[in-house]
Amino acid sequence: MGIGKNLIRVDALSKVKGSTKYTEDLVPSNALVAKILHSTIANGYVKDIDISEALKIEGVMKIVTCFEVPETDFSTAGHPYALDPSHADIKDRKLLNKRVRHYGDDVAVVVAIDSIAAQKAIEAIKVTYQELVPRVNIYESIEIEQPIHENFPDDVMSRMDFYIESDGIAKFEKHELLDELSSKHRIDGNLPDTHKPMAKYEYILPIVQHAHIENIVCFSYMDGNRIVVVSATQVPHVVRRIVSEALGISIGEVQVIKPYIGGGFGNKQDIIYEPLAAYLSKLMGGKCISIILSREETFINSRTRHGMKITTMMNTIEGSMRMENRAADIVSDQGAYATHGHAIAANAITNYFQLYSGTGLQLGSSTSIFSNLPSAAAMRGYGIPQICFAMESQMDDYAREYGFDPIEFRLANLLNVGAVEPCNDIAINSNGLVECIEKGKQLIDWDNKKKEYEQFNKDSKDLKKGVGIAVFAYKTGVYPITVETSSCRIILNQDGSLQVQVGAIEIGQGSDTAFAQIASEILSIPEGKINIVSCQDTDITPFDPGAYASRQTYIGGGAVKKAAILLKEKILAKAATKLALDVSGLDLIDEYIVNIESGGKLEALRDVILYSMYSLNNTEHLTAEATYTGLSNAFAYGACFADICVDVPLGKIKIYKIYSIHDSGTIINPQLAKAQVHGGVAMGVGYAIGEEMLFDQTTGKPLNNNFLDYKIPTSMDIPDIEVAFIETYEPSGPFGNKALGEPPIIAPAPAIRNAVLFATGVSINSLPLNPEKLVSAFKKAKLLNE
Amino acid sequence: MYDIKKIHQANSVQDVLRIIEENPNTKIISGGTDVLIKMKERKLKDVEIVSIGDISELKGISIDGNGTIIIKAATCFIDIITNADILRHIPTLAKACNQIGSPQIRNIATIGGNLCNGAVSADVVPILLVLDAELHINNVNGEVRIIDVNDLHTGPGQTSLDDGKEILTEIHIKKVNYQGYGFDYFKYGKRNAMEIATLGCATGVKLNEEKNKIADFKISYSVAAPTPRRCRSLERLIIGEDVSQDTINLIKPENIEELKPRDSWRASKDFRLQLIKEIGRRTAIEAIRSQGGM
Repeated sequence: MGIGKNLIRVDALSKVKGSTKYTEDLVPSNALVAKILHSTIANGYVKDIDISEALKIEGVMKIVTCFEVPETDFSTAGHPYALDPSHADIKDRKLLNKRVRHYGDDVAVVVAIDSIAAQKAIEAIKVTYQELVPRVNIYESIEIEQPIHENFPDDVMSRMDFYIESDGIAKFEKHELLDELSSKHRIDGNLPDTHKPMAKYEYILPIVQHAHIENIVCFSYMDGNRIVVVSATQVPHVVRRIVSEALGISIGEVQVIKPYIGGGFGNKQDIIYEPLAAYLSKLMGGKCISIILSREETFINSRTRHGMKITTMMNTIEGSMRMENRAADIVSDQGAYATHGHAIAANAITNYFQLYSGTGLQLGSSTSIFSNLPSAAAMRGYGIPQICFAMESQMDDYAREYGFDPIEFRLANLLNVGAVEPCNDIAINSNGLVECIEKGKQLIDWDNKKKEYEQFNKDSKDLKKGVGIAVFAYKTGVYPITVETSSCRIILNQDGSLQVQVGAIEIGQGSDTAFAQIASEILSIPEGKINIVSCQDTDITPFDPGAYASRQTYIGGGAVKKAAILLKEKILAKAATKLALDVSGLDLIDEYIVNIESGGKLEALRDVILYSMYSLNNTEHLTAEATYTGLSNAFAYGACFADICVDVPLGKIKIYKIYSIHDSGTIINPQLAKAQVHGGVAMGVGYAIGEEMLFDQTTGKPLNNNFLDYKIPTSMDIPDIEVAFIETYEPSGPFGNKALGEPPIIAPAPAIRNAVLFATGVSINSLPLNPEKLVSAFKKAKLLNE
Repeated sequence: MYDIKKIHQANSVQDVLRIIEENPNTKIISGGTDVLIKMKERKLKDVEIVSIGDISELKGISIDGNGTIIIKAATCFIDIITNADILRHIPTLAKACNQIGSPQIRNIATIGGNLCNGAVSADVVPILLVLDAELHINNVNGEVRIIDVNDLHTGPGQTSLDDGKEILTEIHIKKVNYQGYGFDYFKYGKRNAMEIATLGCATGVKLNEEKNKIADFKISYSVAAPTPRRCRSLERLIIGEDVSQDTINLIKPENIEELKPRDSWRASKDFRLQLIKEIGRRTAIEAIRSQGGM
């Protein structure tokens, strides 16, 4: 089949039949159960832990408290190792913590023969705390008793400033005008040479969670002197390094196995409890220890998407829609621990200058602040859903204020092919955004629908209809900020079938299927004969830092392509020897060695393999292994259109349809790509209308860490979704392809928000657009009856 | 794993009553969709349970010679939703049952459980309140006590059942309470399925022959007070009035003495007040329309 074909997912059969083994399916029946005692305060210290009663409970094997674990600090970010120490992740967490930094922090662990015994012991442990006032809302300035981390006074983890002048190159220092601009009480300050006053907007994004169906789960045991960790992780090779760092042992003493994974969305890019499981196993003579979180724990003890407050300012040149001066400031709620550090806020703020440009002065600033809430880290889109909501809401707010057509306004300000974006020096070599917008306009019937709905809304009081648009640009990989490396090994069998081992991780996005298509494209072997080894094992799987960004097919695909080409060369060389022909005249087509000139079949691939493996005096097992170093990055683009109806007195949004149009370069598998967009849009709808983690504002206690009260949309809430691709060719991708895994989640929320603005004339400047918020806003706007 | 100390076997209502008398603190379980969650949340620990899920005398729906519809307590929602008599005489009851949880929940959860759990948000309760359903409760002495469903709920999660001595066996809905009435139920949740009611409202309306006056009117709300409840003050205002928008507009919190909506993180008091007005009016209009009015 190869590139561009609708190959059925390589894991479809086993997943549909239910035979796929996930981590929890593999826990040995005699494994001990570890349960963690979580703090019941959000900020303070553990002064004393009394385990005497808990130890008496039948079935309890061991209790370890925060006073006994090693004093080693480690980071939990699933980032590649940084050669430059200044780029290293912040090490701020121990296996268990005496310094409590959020409600639910880990203060002790019980190991028992089963979960009931462990739970009873947890309930019998008495903890004495010294409590500090928790910092729950970072947007309110408070007097800080004591910083959350002693090395970060004022709880400021990091801050980044830059400015861009007419040369279009970001200078990473604070501009003298920034303070003036961001002054709180100033609504429309003026920059020098400004033609129109600066309009200022403020948007607030909630803390949300990945809500993958498979909770956080791992188990660990010892095999001789080595530690084996089996984990539902997106980054097995990083888990291996972090476990070795946390336990103070060598990387080679740790083996990490990643079975099939039930969703990750970035949450499993962090190292969660693997080091603790490994530590406990080592402590208990190598016994198998399992740590299986409940949903309630997964919400609080894994990671979240950053809540942010984003302030933007902009103006346009008089008499045109061209933007002149632009500024954006992000305050990002990091939560209790640093994990990915400032990377996400930095990714978000730079994106503000990668989609649109201004002709004048552009300012960016971002600050990450620690709070006593669960730690925020990677989640699908890595900060871009937040900035896109602010940027695209602002586009519509400004367009409305000045009577611009929102689409024309966007088109007038895009960074196009030939440009180099200002922050990371990434050259734009493919950009199908204009075509995406045109395609979407045509699919939704934008012009007619606008007129129709304007008319409808004149006569209808309770129901208001609207259409909205939002667009985005999204970096495919992480270059040049971090290393891009991926490896692949291909093993050829006697029958011409293959095992393909990849370091890149299938987490549901379909990368294994894409890899099979890439290998097939180059080696002419049909995908049915290609076995992608989906479960990574650090003892045998070649290196790749893992599944993050939208890099699997872009970078991992590069590794598969490189290894496949290498294998093909070896096959042809062997065929040349066997046939006593010059290799330059040979090709591999449809599993045959073919004479390039005549097109004639010379020898079946299978015969070349048998010759290679079994010739009496010269054997070679045909395999290939390659590492691909990515030295590029590429922007994927897209436009999302929403068609909605608002029930004003109930504050409910009925989404008729979402149109999601993407430029992801060449589409490797159209059917799978479409499915990916459906999933992303559904997640985007959740971000738009329902999802939000809530905490008691005084105590920091989580309120809705379960699927009853945390409102992810059900199938009954997901509208019809129409997907279209504008296929550009991205020269840096292995087959012209670029990101698609994350992008579909980015634009639905602002598109829906802008449709609500169209329908009701009300600007809602925060997410989610839940009924209570809408009713309250509609009441203020006097849209409700008595 | 569930923290269950002992499971008692029962084959009849008599068995169940004997077991709960002999073993205080034994919890009756049917579908388990509330009891098991309480165990998981550790609100119930180290419990003994007795299951009534397989007791056939507690299952089924029938109509007696007087037209009274009798639903046995351990009847699953799916059986109510698909029952021909229910669909013919009180389709709104089927509609309410069809909004509970998910298909999986409706396949196992029971009407008796939804009542006895005492939840302020129970989906089946508002419509049973306006149907003036009668509850038959058997006790350990072999007696049957009959109460108005409006007297069941005594507080959040609390009922007038004596847990150690009584079991709900049947729900009776008399013909006089359903014939000639139009009903509606509106469950307001934040999403369209798998939802707990933020607020629920059921109405029952009887019109005069000319369809221009309201002969009888019943309205109840869930999650608007410490228990689901009828709003008799509002009913009195509306009975006898013309079928008109002005009458509908009488449905507003100012005219309802019985409700005390709470401010909570799930919904503010202001928002609940808006919902009380809006869904009360919508259900009333729908019930009137089903009877050929407006």
